Amino acid sequence: MTAIADMPQTENLHDTATRLIGRKRLLAFAVPGVILAYFVYLFFAFDIPGLMDRARMDNAAILVADSYSYKTHVTHDNRVGGLGFAVEGEAKGTYPEGMVPEFVTMSGDDAARIELKAGEAAEIDGSTLRYTVPDYGTVVVTLEGREILLETPDGEVPDWISASSSRVNITGAGGRASVTRARTEVFRYAFGWELFWFTLDSQFYGKTPAELAGLVLSGDRVVDGKSNLAAIAHDVWYNKMWRHGDVLWAIFETILMAFLGTMGAALVALPMAFLAAKNFSRLMSIRFAMRRLFDFVRGVDGLIWTIILSRAFGPGPMTGALAILITDTGSFGKMFSEALENVDDRQIEGVASTGAKTLHRYRFGVIPQITPVLLSQVLYYLESNTRSATIIGAITGGGIGLLLTQAMITQKDWEEVSYYIVLIVLMVMAMDTISGWLRRRLIKGA
Amino acid sequence: MADTTLNQGSPEVTAEIRDAYMAMTRTKRMYGGIMLVVFIALMVSGFMLADSRNAGGFWNGILNIFQFPGEVLAEASAKAANLPALMVKFFPSLLETINIAAASTLVGGLIAIVLSLLSTRGLARFPALIGLFRRMMDIMRAVPEIVIALVLIFILGGGPVPAMIAIAFHTAGALGKLFSEVNENADLKPVEGLASVGANWSQRMLLGVVPQVAPNWLSYALLRFEINIRASAILGFVGSGGIGYDLKNAFSWGQGRYDEVAAIFILLFLTIVFFDQLSSHYRNKLVGKV
Repeated sequence: MTAIADMPQTENLHDTATRLIGRKRLLAFAVPGVILAYFVYLFFAFDIPGLMDRARMDNAAILVADSYSYKTHVTHDNRVGGLGFAVEGEAKGTYPEGMVPEFVTMSGDDAARIELKAGEAAEIDGSTLRYTVPDYGTVVVTLEGREILLETPDGEVPDWISASSSRVNITGAGGRASVTRARTEVFRYAFGWELFWFTLDSQFYGKTPAELAGLVLSGDRVVDGKSNLAAIAHDVWYNKMWRHGDVLWAIFETILMAFLGTMGAALVALPMAFLAAKNFSRLMSIRFAMRRLFDFVRGVDGLIWTIILSRAFGPGPMTGALAILITDTGSFGKMFSEALENVDDRQIEGVASTGAKTLHRYRFGVIPQITPVLLSQVLYYLESNTRSATIIGAITGGGIGLLLTQAMITQKDWEEVSYYIVLIVLMVMAMDTISGWLRRRLIKGA
Repeated sequence: MADTTLNQGSPEVTAEIRDAYMAMTRTKRMYGGIMLVVFIALMVSGFMLADSRNAGGFWNGILNIFQFPGEVLAEASAKAANLPALMVKFFPSLLETINIAAASTLVGGLIAIVLSLLSTRGLARFPALIGLFRRMMDIMRAVPEIVIALVLIFILGGGPVPAMIAIAFHTAGALGKLFSEVNENADLKPVEGLASVGANWSQRMLLGVVPQVAPNWLSYALLRFEINIRASAILGFVGSGGIGYDLKNAFSWGQGRYDEVAAIFILLFLTIVFFDQLSSHYRNKLVGKV
């Protein structure tokens, strides 16, 4: 009896199960299929084949090589004569008169021998360049009138030399050289970030840490009127090449933007959240208005706020802080009002039963309940806003974001770019750690 | 000992307890007060400092705050007839911005799935490397998108791909952390069951873990998608594709093209609100929030 009665039901169950599994099977193929189809669409929408054409892998090589190495230029001016030495060929990295890099041996006023890497060496004698490569011989480049002449040991031009009557470029394994009518130049590459602590005009250039420590402890003053420690700090802080002082200020400005923006937004959003919460605001219309205001502010988005504010306030950290403040007021308002709607009424009643006035009810009945939620949200936003402040700084012109974009636009100081990137990552991770630590300390047991 | 227990009700002891309590409250209040003073001092001095380092001061700026929106509004309303046509004109770039966000969420999400499974205790393929994968995600999260975008623009040229890679990189780190928190709550029994029949690691993950955690993963990915739309609009402004780039062009042109600025503002606003609502609707459905 029961078995017969159950039969159609089992049949039904079987059917449902088959259909369910069939649907799941379809889904299991459909989801990856849709994703794949989307990627195929993107492949053409983003013009990936064209991108591969346009990609400048030589730029990537320059970027990578430049970010961990530097080059020293040895330059002979072929018009007025005279030899010069400069790190990265920049004025702020120029060796002062009478100072010569250790890989250069002077053999006259206008003649010098430069030891390159991989056993190569170059000699500059006036406008003449002799570039010696082991197992190959010496390449001689001379300037005769307006013509540049190239002489190789076997008379043929190898592919690592590009030559024309107006320019000769030699790219060796251990260095580079170029001769034009204006100048004869040899580039020597070396590992590291040169002049990171002291520029060449500093008294402390080339000293080892031990020597510096000795100087700090000794009484003889290297710079008049300043203790050695102060002089060292001054030379590092005002390093012309790396501008440590400015960079640290910029980092500080970025953190300041994030801090002012986040905390300001929390302070503005808290009272507004009370007005938007169902259990605190009796008037439907006010609640509705507040909610739409939050939605509007969030919807307009940081980018648009940044643009509008940068028009009114000009570039600087204040603009960034206000942009963060306005955007996050919307997010905080929404989150805070949700937290307020979830508070436990019994605590408020308990406080009210002692005869507390409205303000006291809020202070002792509500605030203690929502503080953990609020604090953890605020700290989380503080951390993520440090990242946003970098981007906003790039748009409005303030903080480390500005320095980063400036260094990128010149397209040559990639060692500075990598320095800034390292600093930014460290800054964000530090903020991450601090906010995590604060969250754990302040919200014990929550 | 015994005396105090016996005399608990006596007035002296009550007074003692009250004094101790009041003393404690006072210290707590003092600490709270100090914290408050420090906080206010930080805010005020920070405000003054930011004000002094800003090109235009705060008080000058606050008066001008409606000037630019006013100009845009005036010009847009004067050329209101153009707006629909302009919105159609900018729709392809808007689509590109959304595509950047979607693609980076997908790519970043897929990477995040792998990273999160590799860095969850109990599920990891190489338990010794859990720490390594976690640090990797920390670093990926810490790098702001703009850094990668600018470097890639130098190598790849402008366009949507640098922005996509930059956002995907950050997304992988951010979602990876959230995903691994979800994974930690997954029930290990299905995994053990699959292991007992000889399933390899990817089969165990795909059949044992993914069905349990997929709704939560999806919910986080939707939230991230919403964030990424904003990010891709911003990255467009600093030079890589999408509606942000058009906004920058229209904006730097200045007066005369403010109708375009207004059209882009409206498009961007509608898009963000739309995806905001969409994602919160589906998130509520997925996670079954009351």
